[in-house]
Amino acid sequence: MIEIQNVSKRFDSASGEVHALRQVSLTVEKGDIFGVIGFSGAGKSTLVRLVNLLERPSEGRVLVDGTDITTLSKPDLRMLRKNIGMIFQQFNLLQSKSVFQNVAAPLVLNKVPKKDIDKRVKELLHFVELEDKIHTNVSKLSGGQKQRVGIARALATNPSILLCDEATSALDPKTTDSILELLKKINRELNVTILLITHEMHVICDICNKVAVMDNGRVLEQGTVLQVFGNPQHKITRSFVKTVIDDSIPGSLAREILEYQGENRIFRLRFQGNIAGKPLLYRISAEYHMENSILFATVCELQGVVFSVMIVQVFGSAQRLDEVQQFIEDSGVYVEVLHLTGGEEDRND
Amino acid sequence: MIEQYLGITSEQMVIAAGQTVYMLFWGLVLGSLLGIPLGILLTITRKGGILQNKVVYTLINYTINIVRSVPYIILLVAIMPLTKIIVGTRIGTQAALVSLVFYITPFLSRLVESSLLEVDKGIIEAAEAMGATPVQVIWHFLLPEALGSLILSLTTGTIGLLGATAMAGAIGGGGVGNLALTYGYQQFNTPLMVATVIVLIVFVQLIQGLGNYLSKRVRSRE
Repeated sequence: MIEIQNVSKRFDSASGEVHALRQVSLTVEKGDIFGVIGFSGAGKSTLVRLVNLLERPSEGRVLVDGTDITTLSKPDLRMLRKNIGMIFQQFNLLQSKSVFQNVAAPLVLNKVPKKDIDKRVKELLHFVELEDKIHTNVSKLSGGQKQRVGIARALATNPSILLCDEATSALDPKTTDSILELLKKINRELNVTILLITHEMHVICDICNKVAVMDNGRVLEQGTVLQVFGNPQHKITRSFVKTVIDDSIPGSLAREILEYQGENRIFRLRFQGNIAGKPLLYRISAEYHMENSILFATVCELQGVVFSVMIVQVFGSAQRLDEVQQFIEDSGVYVEVLHLTGGEEDRND
Repeated sequence: MIEQYLGITSEQMVIAAGQTVYMLFWGLVLGSLLGIPLGILLTITRKGGILQNKVVYTLINYTINIVRSVPYIILLVAIMPLTKIIVGTRIGTQAALVSLVFYITPFLSRLVESSLLEVDKGIIEAAEAMGATPVQVIWHFLLPEALGSLILSLTTGTIGLLGATAMAGAIGGGGVGNLALTYGYQQFNTPLMVATVIVLIVFVQLIQGLGNYLSKRVRSRE
C-alpha cells in the first residue's frame, strides 16, 4: 500500500520557486493498478518518483506499507528500492550490454550467485516472452522489446510494487496494447501493485481500476475509473474522457439544430452498468408523449461494466422538458443539458 | 647512413624514441590513475550528481583550472622543488615525468568528466531506482556506458601528452620531440627536424588509430 499524504514539492529555478506538487494526497491499495493522468508539466512525473524517493517531498509524508520512507536511512532506502521496480518512457537500459546483462543487473548488484542469476533471467525472459533475444544487444531491439527488457529487469528482484513512468508513451498503439496486457498479467499473476503515470486516457481505461487526474501540481479528482470516467467533475477530466469517447456534435449538425425554431432541449446522457439496458427513450415517448431524436450514441466497456454516452434532442415546452429531465435524473442516469452556440458547444455546469 | 644525413647516430634516435615511449606510457598510466578518479569525482559531486557536494566539487574544479592555466614550460620549472622531493632529482626523464603527470592529470580529468556527462541521466536514475550504491552506480552503469567515449578521451589525452614530452627536453627529459627542438630547430638541422616530425606524426597516427579501433570495438557492441 502506498500513501502519499499532503505532499508538496518545490524546486528552485532561475525564474524563482517552481511548485511541482501542491498538497497532494492519494492512496494506492495493494493490488491496484492506479493511473495518474495529466498533461506534461502537471507534476505526475515528480509524483511517481516520490514512491522510491528519487524525489524527496518538500513537505508531507510518503508511506509504503505503513513506513514513512522519508525517514529511512540510506541502506534502508536501498532495501526499499529493491522492493519497488520501475520502468521508464525511454527504457533506460544499458546500451552497451546484452538483454541478459541488463536483466541481470539488479541481481548482480544484490550479489546473487551466478548460477541463480542465469536461472532467474531465463525465467523473467520467458515471462516477458523474449527468451530468444537473451544474447542480443539491447540497441538492436525494437521499442516494445526494449520495454519488455525494462519490465523483466524491474521484476528481477520480485518487487511488490511497480512504478511506470510513461511506460508506453514512446511506443506505437499496437505495441502499447501488448505492453499494457503484460502489465495486467504482472498485476494478476504476480500480485504486483502498479502505479503508472500517463497522458493517454485509453491507458487508464484499458488497465487501471483507479485514477487520479492531475493539473498544475494538484490532484483534481480521484476515484475508481468508473466514477471519474462516468461523472467527470473538471474540464481537464472531461477533455481526457473525450479522447476516448469523443461525444462532440459535428459543426454542420449543430448548425442545423440551431436553425430549428421549435422548443427543444439537448441532453447528454451517461449510462453506467445495468441501467444501460433500460428503455429510457422509449419511456420518454410512451409515458411523456414527447418526441426525441438521438444525435449521438456510443458504448464502451470499462472493467466489465457497460458504459454508454448518448446525446438526445427532446422536443416540447420548457415545463414538460423540466419534467423529463427530472425523470431521467431519477432513473439514475447522469444528465447534462447542452447549449449549442454556432457549432461550438458549451456546458451549463 | 642516418648520421650522414641527419647529423645524429641511429642509436640516439632509438634512445630518443624509447624515452618518448617511456614518458608517454608512464605519464598516461599515472595520469589516468589520478585523472580518472578526479573526473569521476567531478561528475558525481556536481549539482544534480549522485553525490552532490558543493565543497568537493568547487575545490577540484578550481584546482584543475588553476593548474591548467599554467603553461607547461612554466609548470615544468615551477614544480622543480616538488620534483626533487618526489624523484630525488630536478633533471632527466624521470624528473620530466613528474611534470608531465602534473600537466596531464587535470587535462584527463576534464576529458573524463565530459565523457561521463554524456551518459544518459535516465540510466543513472534507473540504477538508483534499483537500489544501487554510489560505487555500484559508477562501476556497473556510469563507466560501462561511457567506455567508448572514455577511450577516445584517453586517446586525445595521450596525444596532448606527446606534445608536452617535446618540451620536457628543456630539463633533459629527452625524447623524439627534444631531438627536433635541440638538434633540429636550434642547430638549423632541417633534415633532422623534418625526420623527427615525421616520427612524431607516425606516433600520433598510431595512437589515434589504436584509440579509434578500441572505441569502435566497444561501441559496435551497442
